[in-house]
Amino acid sequence: MRVRAQIGMVLNLDKCIGCHTCSVTCKNVWTTRDGVEYAWFNNVESKPGTGYPTDWENQKRWNGGWTRTKSGKLQPRQGSKWRIAANLFANPDLPEIDDYYEPFDFDHDHLKSAPEMEAFPTARPYSKITGERIEKIEKGPNWEEILGGEFSKRGQDYNFEGIQKEIYGEYENTFMMYLPRLCEHCLNPACAASCPSGAIYKREEDGIVLIDQEKCRGWRMCVSGCPYKKVYYNWSTGKSEKCTLCYPRIESGNPTVCSETCVGRIRYLGVMLYDADKIEAAANAPHEKDLYDAQLDVFLDPHDPVVIETARADGIPEDWIKAAQESPVWKMAMEWKVAFPLHPEYRTLPMVWYIPPLSPIQNAAEAGKIGTDGAMPNVHDLRIPVRYLANMLTAGDEAPVVSALERMLAMRSYMRSKTVDGVIDEAIAARVGLSGRVIEDMYKIMALADYEDRFVIPTTHREQVEEAYDLKGGCGFTDGNGCSSGISKGSLFGGSKRPLKMPEEVR
Amino acid sequence: MNQFFFGTFPYIALAIGIVGSIARYERDPFTWKTSSSQLLRRKQLVMGSILFHVGVLVIFAGHFVGLLTPIWVFDALGISHGAKQTLAVVAGGIAGIMALVGGGMLFHRRWTDPRIRKTSSFADIAILAMLLAQLVLGLLTIIASLGHLDGHEMVKFMAWAQGIFTLDGAAASHIADVALIFKLHIVLGLTIILVFPFTRLVHMLSVPVRYFTRPGYQIVRSRRQVPLPERGAALATAQAKPAPSSDAAAQPAE
Repeated sequence: MRVRAQIGMVLNLDKCIGCHTCSVTCKNVWTTRDGVEYAWFNNVESKPGTGYPTDWENQKRWNGGWTRTKSGKLQPRQGSKWRIAANLFANPDLPEIDDYYEPFDFDHDHLKSAPEMEAFPTARPYSKITGERIEKIEKGPNWEEILGGEFSKRGQDYNFEGIQKEIYGEYENTFMMYLPRLCEHCLNPACAASCPSGAIYKREEDGIVLIDQEKCRGWRMCVSGCPYKKVYYNWSTGKSEKCTLCYPRIESGNPTVCSETCVGRIRYLGVMLYDADKIEAAANAPHEKDLYDAQLDVFLDPHDPVVIETARADGIPEDWIKAAQESPVWKMAMEWKVAFPLHPEYRTLPMVWYIPPLSPIQNAAEAGKIGTDGAMPNVHDLRIPVRYLANMLTAGDEAPVVSALERMLAMRSYMRSKTVDGVIDEAIAARVGLSGRVIEDMYKIMALADYEDRFVIPTTHREQVEEAYDLKGGCGFTDGNGCSSGISKGSLFGGSKRPLKMPEEVR
Repeated sequence: MNQFFFGTFPYIALAIGIVGSIARYERDPFTWKTSSSQLLRRKQLVMGSILFHVGVLVIFAGHFVGLLTPIWVFDALGISHGAKQTLAVVAGGIAGIMALVGGGMLFHRRWTDPRIRKTSSFADIAILAMLLAQLVLGLLTIIASLGHLDGHEMVKFMAWAQGIFTLDGAAASHIADVALIFKLHIVLGLTIILVFPFTRLVHMLSVPVRYFTRPGYQIVRSRRQVPLPERGAALATAQAKPAPSSDAAAQPAE
């Protein structure tokens, strides 16, 4: 057992209202620069739909993630190391920018600089790459917003696998949900594995996956390697960029920008302890449906004395162990089993998890009666097909999703009974394998979702990783070599300063 | 004149090429990249880039081995000068045509596609044009070489190149009387070495060899400044009790 800590995230899709505040605040902070206008480290997709970039979930097309070979070996789906190296000259699996969208802006200046004319001046779109006029915008970052476009296109959604999808194209049977997406900061990142330069790494202390901009050579294998298409090639700098989980904020104990600004309070951040020795075996589970359980098995119980002891020996600080014990992610993923990884079948062991959304009861209005399973509606009557959610969250295994949805329905039912009728109905809780106390705890964290309950983030132990003196007068975060004056001066006080030390590889 | 271009200029070019590359790698690692434009336009790139790179690599290896291997090695191996010259003409000709076709496609793409044109720097276009010119000159030298397939001209270039690397002051005199086309090819070649550190060509020094030797696929980095102490034996026994699970992965994904 080798204990490592990871900052994980859970998104409660049941509460996502699709306002895109997360995407916009993320964009404003991270990707308003040249070359990444098209990149959204965080985006919100309307489902069913093909998403951004188009059809990203379909790995038959993009070859992202991992595959288990016939001989039982785990290797990137785009190929072994030799195959990847052979594709350096031209990457056959790389999306083109049109698969995302051609970034555009509007000619606002024309509104004030136009001469007097009969027609009112308009701000017409132009390409942010070439600067040329775009006559018709064909695509954008959220082209299928609230089921935009015809079903024949949206119906290409990979999650319809194994579903008679035609009826969901009909107005009466249609359904929708939002899916906010960001880098999954996987335990077994395919981007890092695909990087020939070794520029992408996972941080030992908090599991954040980052790209060393000085080591990146622009071989662009990470872009195709990531099955979530959450590594973006900056066409201006020639380097890849990705979500950083706002690590400067996380290090100081603050939630990421997307989490902080989420108006629906759907996002949770917390520490998960995991066993680094179990990762490869978990990612290499023979059957795709076993991958969800295999990942659960990688996580370590932060209350187990042996785990605590080992964590200490592995250098996990005391406050991180305490944070792991109070982690909302642990509660939702492990104790209540209501949160699930996004597409575990990609074998990356993602660490941004999702609580599936409830949806209106399908035939309630029509029949005047609700199909009930005891006092509770049957989850198979929900508008969103369970299989659809299962394809998204558990590689098609419906049982865990059904159980989670039932627990969420039970939570509503139990709390309604408690607050409206004043009756504490333990039977409701018992039917879904919980107790009333647990349900009230769920209610506190999932429904009320106070700031302190959502974000349990211990600060980085800077005293272990850097010398404050060396940082004094440093240039902070720069893009490229902005700090270099070309002259290295010694300091008048106490010898020369050491340059900022990059993190080092560990075995 | 001959002494400057073939006796002095090689050292200037090599010095700037080497020192410049080291300086750039040291001072501006952020700018060290392939500058791939595949994301913006896939069309023409796949075929063009593969043809160009494979061709250039073969040519590069051919020049390296052909020019810098001492002539007595070939004699000892029993390879006649004529056979070596013929091999150079055939292999170089095929690879040269591959690279020229591929490079032509890439240049056409870079020049005419608005997305690529607008995002190209002067250096991007200039270096591609230089490489194309060099390929054309190189292919033209084949015509001259066909006139003397016995390889006696070729031996002159070998003597010159090896003279440069063995600091022979009279190296330039070896090729004083060769055809002009060879001289142009050499001068442009040296110029490419000279501008090498200022262009995207530096990416050829970043061939990801380490990728094959790094254990497993994953990389974990730590900022810890003091290494962790060794685990105590007590911990091992504590772990051994509850679960035999820790041996699950033989080669952990680091």
